[in-house]
Amino acid sequence: MKFARIIWANLLRKRVRLLLTIGSFAIALLLFAFLAVVGDAFSRGADVAGADRLITINRTSIINLIPLSYRDKIQRVPGVTYVTHNNWFGGTYIEEKNFFPQFVIDPENQRQVFPELLVPDDQWSAFLKDRQGAVVGAKTAQRFHWKIGDRIPITTTLYGVSGAWEFNLDGIYHGKRPQDDETQFWFQWDYFEERVPQAVKGQIGWYVLRVQNPDDAPRVAKAIDEEFANSPNETKTETESTFAANWVKQFGNIKFLIISIGTVVFFTLLLVTGNTMAISVRERTSELAVFKAIGYSDRSVLFFVLAESLAIALIGGGIGLILARILIPILADLLNGLLPSIILSPGMLLFGLGVAILTGILSGLLPGLGAMRLRVVNALRRV
Amino acid sequence: MVKVDGSGGQSSLIQVRDLDKTYRRGGEVIDVLQGLNLDVEAGEFVAFMGPSGSGKSTLLNLLGGLDVPTRGHITVAGDEITHMSGGKLTEWRARHVGFIFQMYNLIPVLTAFQNVELPLLLTKLSKAERRSHVETALGVVGLTDRMHHFPRQLSGGQEQRVTIARAIVSDPTFLLCDEPTGDLDRKSADDVMAIIEELVGKHHKTVLMVTHDPLVAARASSILHLEKGVLVEGKHTSQATLAGGAA
Repeated sequence: MKFARIIWANLLRKRVRLLLTIGSFAIALLLFAFLAVVGDAFSRGADVAGADRLITINRTSIINLIPLSYRDKIQRVPGVTYVTHNNWFGGTYIEEKNFFPQFVIDPENQRQVFPELLVPDDQWSAFLKDRQGAVVGAKTAQRFHWKIGDRIPITTTLYGVSGAWEFNLDGIYHGKRPQDDETQFWFQWDYFEERVPQAVKGQIGWYVLRVQNPDDAPRVAKAIDEEFANSPNETKTETESTFAANWVKQFGNIKFLIISIGTVVFFTLLLVTGNTMAISVRERTSELAVFKAIGYSDRSVLFFVLAESLAIALIGGGIGLILARILIPILADLLNGLLPSIILSPGMLLFGLGVAILTGILSGLLPGLGAMRLRVVNALRRV
Repeated sequence: MVKVDGSGGQSSLIQVRDLDKTYRRGGEVIDVLQGLNLDVEAGEFVAFMGPSGSGKSTLLNLLGGLDVPTRGHITVAGDEITHMSGGKLTEWRARHVGFIFQMYNLIPVLTAFQNVELPLLLTKLSKAERRSHVETALGVVGLTDRMHHFPRQLSGGQEQRVTIARAIVSDPTFLLCDEPTGDLDRKSADDVMAIIEELVGKHHKTVLMVTHDPLVAARASSILHLEKGVLVEGKHTSQATLAGGAA
C-alpha cells in the first residue's frame, strides 16, 4: 500500500511516546485476557454442565450430608437413567499448598453419568478391583509427576481420621473437550465408608443423576424433592448448570466485578490513546494542512489519523495477547486446583483483538475528525 | 498581458471578476478585497506586493482554492472554482495548483524524494513512473544527489528547492508562491528565484508570487500592488536599478 510509508514514518516520529502507548495497550490487553480467562473459569461449570445431569443436595446446605439410602428411591423416579454419588474429601498431598479437588465416587455409574471424562478400560478395571485405588485427572497427574502404580498419601481433617489415607494410582482420565476439568482425584466409596467414623457412615455429599430427556429435568427434580419432603434430610435438586452458577455466586458477583474492571481498563486505554493521538495531531497541524493543500481529501487525512491509531492498537494489542498466550499457562499452573482449568481460547483472542481494534478506531476518531475539519488557511497561519 | 481592469478576454488562463473577501473579527467587518479584477495569461510571472495585511496572501489563497470569496468569480483554465464543493476543490487543487510556501512546509519524517512524491500518490501512476517523475523534478531544482536526505539534513535554500520540486512534480497549471524567499539569505534567494525564472522561461509555467522584497518582485514579468483591496499595476523596475539603489 503506497500510503503505508507515510503512516509508518508518522508513527515513528516520537519513538518514546509510541513505545509507551504501545506498552499501555499491551498491558491493558494482557489484563483483559487475564480477566477473561478467570471469568471464563468461574462460569465454566455452567458451560460444561451436561444438559441431562441433575444434582441433588441437602436442602439445608451442601455441607450437610444426605443418606445413601435415598439412591434407590431416586433411581425409581420415572425419567432417571443413572444415579451416582460423591463426597468432598478436602485433602492435601504432602503439603498444604498441594491442594486439588478429591471426590469419593460410586464406581458403578461414574462413567455413565460423566461420559465426557475418559478412563481407558484396562485402567478402569484395575481401579474397580482395587479398594484403595484412585483415578486422577491428567493435569493433576502431570502437576505432581504421578504415574500408574504410584502410592499417593492424602491427608484430610474433615472426617476425624488421623494420618494419611494411602491410595494406589490405577488410572488417569482425560476430558473429551479442552474445557473439561482434568484436575479431579477419585477414589472408592467402599474405602471411604470403611475408614470414616460411625456418624458419617452411610452419608453421602450429593447425588448426580442423568435423565432420559433434558426437557424432563424440571419434572424429575420436582419429583425427587417431593419424595423427600418433610423428611429429616430434605433435598434440593437442580440442573448441573444451575448448581454450578449458584456455586459461583458464593464467591460474589464475579461476572460484575470482571466486567467493571474490564470497562475501567477499556476507558482508561481509550483516554490514554486518544490523548496521544490528539497531541500527535495537534503537533502536526501545519503538515496536515499541507496534505490538504496539495490535494489530499478530508477523508484521506481522517484515514491517516485512524490508520495510525489502529496500527498502535494492533501492535500493542497483539503484543498483549501474545504475552497472554505465554503467561496464562504459567498462571494456570500456579493456580492448579484453585480454579477450574484456565484456558485462553481462540474466541477470547479474537474478542481481545476486536477490543483493541475498537479502541484504536475510537481513540483516533475525535482527533481525526478535528484534522478532517481543519481549515487549510487557518492551519498554515499557525506555522 | 496581465490586466486588472476586468477587460481581459476569455483566453486568459486566470480570470478574476468582482472579487470581494470580507472577514469578521469580533463584531468588526474587515473588507480585505473589494471588487478585485485580474486576468493572467498562461506563461506569465506575476508578483503581488503590498503592505502587511493588504490581502496578498488572501488573494493567493483564493486563487489556489484554499479559501472561498465572499462575492465574485474565479475561473482557471475554464473551471469556475468559486462554486465548487470542498471535495471538488481538493481534486482541482491536486490537478492544477503547485504551492510554494515561505516556511517550506516539508514533512520532516519523509525524505526529499518522499516529500516530492506526495502529490503523485494521489494519481494512478505506477511506482516506476512516480520515481521517474520525482527524479525529473528533483533534477530541475538540482537536488538529485540529496533525494534521500531528510529536511533536517538540508539547508533552508535546499528545503525550498525540494518544495518547488513538490510543487511541479505533478505538472500543475500554475504555481502559487507565498513569500518563497522570505526565510532565505540573499544567495539562497537568488538560487530559488533562478529556478522559478527557469520554470517560467524554459518550462512555460505560470507563476503568481507574493513578496515583500522589491528585488525578488523585479524578477517577475509583471508587478501588481494591492492597495485598499484592489490591484493596481506597479512600475516595473529593473533588477540592476534596484540593486544599484540598494547599494
